[in-house]
Amino acid sequence: MSAAQTAAPHLKVRARRLAVRFRPTRFVLNVILGLIALFWLVPTLSLLIISLRPASSFGVTGWWTVFTAPTQLTLHNYQSLFSTGFASGGILDSAITTALITVPATVLVTVLSSLAAYSLVFGRWRGRTGVFLVIVALLVVPVQVALIPVAQLYNAFGHVSGFNPFGTLPGVIIFHVAFGLPFGIFLMRNFYTGIPKDLLEAGRIDGAGEWTLFRRVVLPLGLPAAASLAIFQFIWVWNDLLVGLVFLGGNQHHTLTIYLYGFTRTLANNYWVIATGGIISILIPLAIFFSFQRYFVRGVLAGAVK
Amino acid sequence: MATVSRRRSLVLRRAVAMPPPEMGGASVDATGLVELGKPPGGGWRSHLGSILFLAPAAIWLALIVGYPLVGTIRDSFLDNASTGFVGLANYKTVFSTADILITFRNNVIWVVVAPFLLTFLGLVFAVLTERIRWSTAFKTVVFMPIAFSMTASGLVWNSIMNIDPHIGMLNATLQTVSDWVSPPGLYPVNTSAGQTVSSLAATGLKAGSGGMLESTAAVAPGGTITLGMIGISPATLQLVGAQTAEVPSPAAGAVSGLVWRDFSPSHPTTRGRVYPDEDGIAGLSLNLLSSDGSSVGTTQTDAHGDFRFAGVKAGSYRVEVGSGNFSSGFTGIYWLSGTQSITPTSGLSQTAQALLSIPLVDMSMIIAYLWIWAGFAMVIIGAGLAAINREVLEAARIDGATEWQTFRRVTMPMLAPVLIVVFVTMTINVLKIFDIIVNMAPSVSQANTLATELYNVGFASVPSANGTASAIAVLLFILVMPVIYINLRRMRS
Repeated sequence: MSAAQTAAPHLKVRARRLAVRFRPTRFVLNVILGLIALFWLVPTLSLLIISLRPASSFGVTGWWTVFTAPTQLTLHNYQSLFSTGFASGGILDSAITTALITVPATVLVTVLSSLAAYSLVFGRWRGRTGVFLVIVALLVVPVQVALIPVAQLYNAFGHVSGFNPFGTLPGVIIFHVAFGLPFGIFLMRNFYTGIPKDLLEAGRIDGAGEWTLFRRVVLPLGLPAAASLAIFQFIWVWNDLLVGLVFLGGNQHHTLTIYLYGFTRTLANNYWVIATGGIISILIPLAIFFSFQRYFVRGVLAGAVK
Repeated sequence: MATVSRRRSLVLRRAVAMPPPEMGGASVDATGLVELGKPPGGGWRSHLGSILFLAPAAIWLALIVGYPLVGTIRDSFLDNASTGFVGLANYKTVFSTADILITFRNNVIWVVVAPFLLTFLGLVFAVLTERIRWSTAFKTVVFMPIAFSMTASGLVWNSIMNIDPHIGMLNATLQTVSDWVSPPGLYPVNTSAGQTVSSLAATGLKAGSGGMLESTAAVAPGGTITLGMIGISPATLQLVGAQTAEVPSPAAGAVSGLVWRDFSPSHPTTRGRVYPDEDGIAGLSLNLLSSDGSSVGTTQTDAHGDFRFAGVKAGSYRVEVGSGNFSSGFTGIYWLSGTQSITPTSGLSQTAQALLSIPLVDMSMIIAYLWIWAGFAMVIIGAGLAAINREVLEAARIDGATEWQTFRRVTMPMLAPVLIVVFVTMTINVLKIFDIIVNMAPSVSQANTLATELYNVGFASVPSANGTASAIAVLLFILVMPVIYINLRRMRS
């Protein structure tokens, strides 16, 4: 046995990998996966191309004809959608409404979850285990379970206080935050348990209060997890249809998904709106996806339990 | 996307290959649900501050998740206006209303088919991407749809699966293949408008078997025959370049003839005569049939509608206009139809048949669902694969195991926990499926699920039926309870 073989087993692994690399099936594998990747790209591509074709050509020729007649591409659909400006119920108004719901819901969930997780990990009160188990149990509760009672609760609150959250942006935000919290607390708690307790003990001996410890020690250390949580929550709320549909009720301002959903029953006549609006609605999630891929993937993977 | 920069590609690879075990789900399995520490001793007073940190979240959860959970259970025993106690009446309604039973059937189909296919697809992708150099680009492309709303994705697939081959790419692809295998005729019969092949026969033609036309009279070599057809639009004739009909002169040893459009705008009621304002029917495929019915020759009509079978032996023949001339080819599959389904037929009541049938629309929507979530399954399973100890695999290979045996006996068992997590996650996800249904099949009642029915009954209809909707919600909750139990047990251990 040669010295190289005995000394470095990883060389053998590398040799094997090289052997794999030169297999004749390798070419076939690349072709198959290439076709699959193409298949995965086509739906998104079709939406983009339909949004760039004249509205009148929908149903007359297929979108794929652009490859032979690229001159038909136009920005006219975008101009039409934007021409109404910020009128209620239009695409820009819907984008703003979506942002006005998504940003507060994301910030609130991230902050409240971090605080709660701090309490669950570094607090010294009894019953923390019990509270955490309750939160784990709430992780997979479907939103459908709460829709009707929360709507009743909003109406009851309206009777008492004069402000009925049903049909308003706060009403939607409150609901989104509630259903974002179990996962948020779960994620942040799991991250915080990895922070050495000694770090906090040192601070405590020096007389730092809980708020200082949270603000100066735990929060900065937990930023990666907070980023994943924020991105997951942002995408989740941005893409929601059901909660907005129920709790925006008769509100004249819509979210982007409600805007798109409004055209489903008259699809053939309005597909240009759907395609153009669809592209506009996925711009922000796509930008986040490509800018913060690492956090995005972590957040989505962690949020799978939802 | 192919244009992902190298730096970003590396980021995805890193994120995928090295899931931070401290971050809950990224490690996707029990390792995410870390052990609970015992609460250390200590009085309430010293750390009252930290309890207050929990308060906002706790109050929020109690009000908007906890209380409603109880409220829904309460409402499910009240009438539809949530005022009077009705016992189990709402549950009886749920289990006896045909529409709601259909939603159960659809949920069952989704739960049985989608998570299984998704886990399988994720596993295949995860294993295969380990063997290519551009795995990061592949993963990015397949993972990307998760960033889109299910509304946008549903609408994209709604158009892809449109029945019209000018809109739906799926049907356009099938049409291309179908036209290549069996091309449509030049003169397709519009069956949807009630047109039949036999209605085309006007002069000297009758309907034969299998959707073809044949001459009523027999003809011998050296003779001519004129065959008139109606119901062919001038636009079609113009398209194929037809010209004025002309009766050909006979030729010895050949069967000659004319097929023409036996409708003259100047003599609209006269049949059987060839007028100058009548066109020949160009490009028809004709067969010459011998007296025993077998085909002895084929030819095509020219622009004037003329044809000639040359070198025909003596005898008596008929001319056949083959059914291929009238076939309309592929007209599209109605992917999002609730009526096309696999339905058991033998001796079952109508209700039972409906409940046991599998509509095509469910399968079509599951395809869209796979497109959205396969990347998720792939990345999680890929992370699981990366975490498998390479030495164990190497040991198996050194011991003489083949690639397949290694996969089947070593990789798969080690991967099982991850596969189960993907499967369970997708099962929960599918139970609540809503956005895809309402955007892909908005007016197909056969496609409804528990979640869409709950919305229809509780919110979209006036007056809303709170009792029925609450009963559906409670059933939905009962369906996810096993998962709650599993999660809690995993946390405790």
